[in-house]
Amino acid sequence: MAQQPLPRWADLVVLPIVNLAVALLAAGFMVWLVGQNPLEVITVLVHGAFGTTRGLSYTLYYATTFVFTGLAVAVAFHGGLFNIGGEGQAILGGLGTGLVALWLSAILPAWLMLPLMLLAGALFGMVWAAVPAYLQAYRGSHVVITTIMFNFLASSLLVYLLVNHLKVPGNMAVESAPFADSAKLPSMHTFMGWLGIEWPNSPFNTSVFLAVLAALGVYFFLWHTRFGYDLRATGSSARAAAYAGINPNHQVILAMGLSGALAGLVGMNEVAGVNGRLMLEYVSGAGFTGIAVSLMGRSHPFGIVLASILFGALFQGGAEVAFEVRGFSRDMVVMLQGFIVLFSGAMAYVLAPSVAWVVNGLRGNRAPQAVKGAAHG
Amino acid sequence: MLGISKRFGPVQANADVDLTVGRGTVHGIVGENGAGKSTLMSVLYGFYTSDSGSIKVFGQDATIRNAHEAIALGIGMVHQHFMLVETLTALENVMLGAEPHVLLHKAEVQVRSRLTELMESTGLKVALDALVGDLSVGDRQRLEILKALYRGAKVLILDEPTAVLTPQETEQLFGVLALLREQGTTILLITHKLKEVMRLCDRVTVMRAGRVVEVVAIADATIEGLAEAMVGRKVQMGRVGDSEKPPGAVLLQARGIHVRDLMRVVRLHDLNIELRAGEIVGIAGVSGNGQSELLEVLSGLLAPARGSLSVGGQQFEAGAWVDPRTARNLGVAHVPEDRHERAMIMSFAAWESAVLGYEWLPHYCRGGWMLHPEMRKSTVDMMERFDVRPRDAQLQSSSFSGGNQQKLVLARELGQAPKVLLVGQPTRGVDIGAIEFIYGQLRAMRDAGCAVLVVSSELDEILALSDRVIVMNQGHVAGELPIGDCNENTLGMLMIGGGSTKAPDTAKADPVPKVAV
Repeated sequence: MAQQPLPRWADLVVLPIVNLAVALLAAGFMVWLVGQNPLEVITVLVHGAFGTTRGLSYTLYYATTFVFTGLAVAVAFHGGLFNIGGEGQAILGGLGTGLVALWLSAILPAWLMLPLMLLAGALFGMVWAAVPAYLQAYRGSHVVITTIMFNFLASSLLVYLLVNHLKVPGNMAVESAPFADSAKLPSMHTFMGWLGIEWPNSPFNTSVFLAVLAALGVYFFLWHTRFGYDLRATGSSARAAAYAGINPNHQVILAMGLSGALAGLVGMNEVAGVNGRLMLEYVSGAGFTGIAVSLMGRSHPFGIVLASILFGALFQGGAEVAFEVRGFSRDMVVMLQGFIVLFSGAMAYVLAPSVAWVVNGLRGNRAPQAVKGAAHG
Repeated sequence: MLGISKRFGPVQANADVDLTVGRGTVHGIVGENGAGKSTLMSVLYGFYTSDSGSIKVFGQDATIRNAHEAIALGIGMVHQHFMLVETLTALENVMLGAEPHVLLHKAEVQVRSRLTELMESTGLKVALDALVGDLSVGDRQRLEILKALYRGAKVLILDEPTAVLTPQETEQLFGVLALLREQGTTILLITHKLKEVMRLCDRVTVMRAGRVVEVVAIADATIEGLAEAMVGRKVQMGRVGDSEKPPGAVLLQARGIHVRDLMRVVRLHDLNIELRAGEIVGIAGVSGNGQSELLEVLSGLLAPARGSLSVGGQQFEAGAWVDPRTARNLGVAHVPEDRHERAMIMSFAAWESAVLGYEWLPHYCRGGWMLHPEMRKSTVDMMERFDVRPRDAQLQSSSFSGGNQQKLVLARELGQAPKVLLVGQPTRGVDIGAIEFIYGQLRAMRDAGCAVLVVSSELDEILALSDRVIVMNQGHVAGELPIGDCNENTLGMLMIGGGSTKAPDTAKADPVPKVAV
């Protein structure tokens, strides 16, 4: 009860670092238990993720997708909604991106094709999220339930379309015909080549700039526009928002629509940036990882970018560890991710009192005061 | 309790506080919000540990580290916000955490017989098998007291017990408390309603800024003296200066307002009301008799099933009712009854809450872009004009005390020079010092030609502010009186449906209600 509040900077910086350290310690302990050397594992992991430009490229490629899905979760969360449907919205986004590409890439130039694909991806994701949003706003179906169901629908829809309509006849692989070159987002290798910089060939592509723009856009939207103000007001207190003359139902649609559009941008990274065709499994869990990313990033775009890089590093470094360290399977990496989600997400505030105690102690009790326990984060 | 000190960061919530309470007495603890009353009681109840000082209970040294230890020592607390599970029955709530038997039905039998005895001896009657969610606020409070007594409380701490009660429920509560005192229970009454202290307490401790400033036997105390000790200066309560000018033009007129709630229960029954420039109309009534719905209908939050509204030169009919934003545009400002739920967004910084409802004004927002410097600056202005403390626009809204939140909300709503001002419970949970200030502001609005509607469950407040009083009972206007004909008796009688002035749509109602009890 008598909890002292954390200063904001400590809440945003110190606490996540402490949580991360604890998660690493716990994971390290598990690694030690199964007879591996935790130090070796972490060295390989960090080196694999950041040690080479190639590793770094993979890390950032994964991070790009997580930024989109993480932002999607965060926008819905600020509107008071828990969007579990990032996975499905990302699938639909990829589908939208891919369908326009298949349809028009042979006749349109890249400067027209790519924006069109972006719009189609965002639109498909938006529409896929808008249906649960409508059901929540006007029919009282809980958005958590409906978005989960929509994940399954999206995945089935993709399989159906690929197998029955888009698959190239005679081809064994379940994938569409490749897009024309105008529908391929330049890879970082190509882009850096234009600038005269040597950069290894990897899936890392220019959609990373789109991710940065999306993060900035979400920040300015939420904290600097009236629409963001209304959205956050509704998410924080629907009754107060109604008092202010904000229609909460509209905000539900807006929050989910934006959320879905952001998730839909995953298609730009995976479909337009890497695969160059529609295939199965281009989202592969990133929608769910987005929830962890958003939790860890405290639903703030800046935090989400950092958390995305962390998760990107875990994916990339983890793959590297599984490859390099004998007897260390990919499942161990999943466990490490689990620990991070556990300590940074689910148990994010378990350590807050201890951190507050230390921080406030260090600052000689000059911490912002608590007015009768009314203040909390 | 001797020499209790407790600080939170830079705030010294309690400084060397001594409190001695005689067995079997009612001891009042009064002070403004933030004076340290609640902190002191939280130390006694084990929510906080004090930085220094000692506690003796019935002559024994005691360390109280949590609520369990407090209960074991015979200390029970009834919080201002009840700690009950709404989906359980009254009986189950009492039993929760103190089940006398592993088998629930056996436990229930035991608890029921103990409770029946307790209810018999104390007069605290509660329907034990009703769901708490269905109980009235008064019932819930009785249940909380029963719960504490059931757990063997010999010292009962009551935190602002009457804040949520109707006058009748308050009467009942005081009867029960007096009885409990006779039976030897010690009662600590935390409040800032001095009248109640004078009526019930044997001694009273006055706190200000974390310190004890006065301890007096009630026989030697006066309301004025206590108020002065609390605030630290002379305060003017009660009624000052009637309006000098007669009321002017009708600024808001609502006719035939009919509201049914979700359960199809009629909450407002073909109600007519008009508000004129330069008058304060007080709506008195036991809470839950349609006052809240009336405020919501007039401010556009709730569309009635039937009725019409004319305000700001526009006419609205049921089916195409005014919405809150349009209402604001037409000069209707609304200070809602429920500050926490409606008036502010508690997780927002003060400067964001200070534009709530006006965030679309060109002053705050251009082309969809929020003008943060302007918002901050105007919040600082509001804080200056209404003496909001601490004067920190960056602070989270929830960090302000109730009185300061209310001042900020008033500053926001009054700031746009409204023509009609709707105010619900203007001073609920607000200190004496701030009450005086808020009354002054409302009177100033009236004198500036604003039509003010005040809904309050405090008769004193109605009597202090209004020029004309409308009493509501079960969604009807039970009576409408000029202030000159009002006193607690006439209004109280109308409130409980004991009298009626016929034909509520005649503005000048029969000044002497026909009492029919």
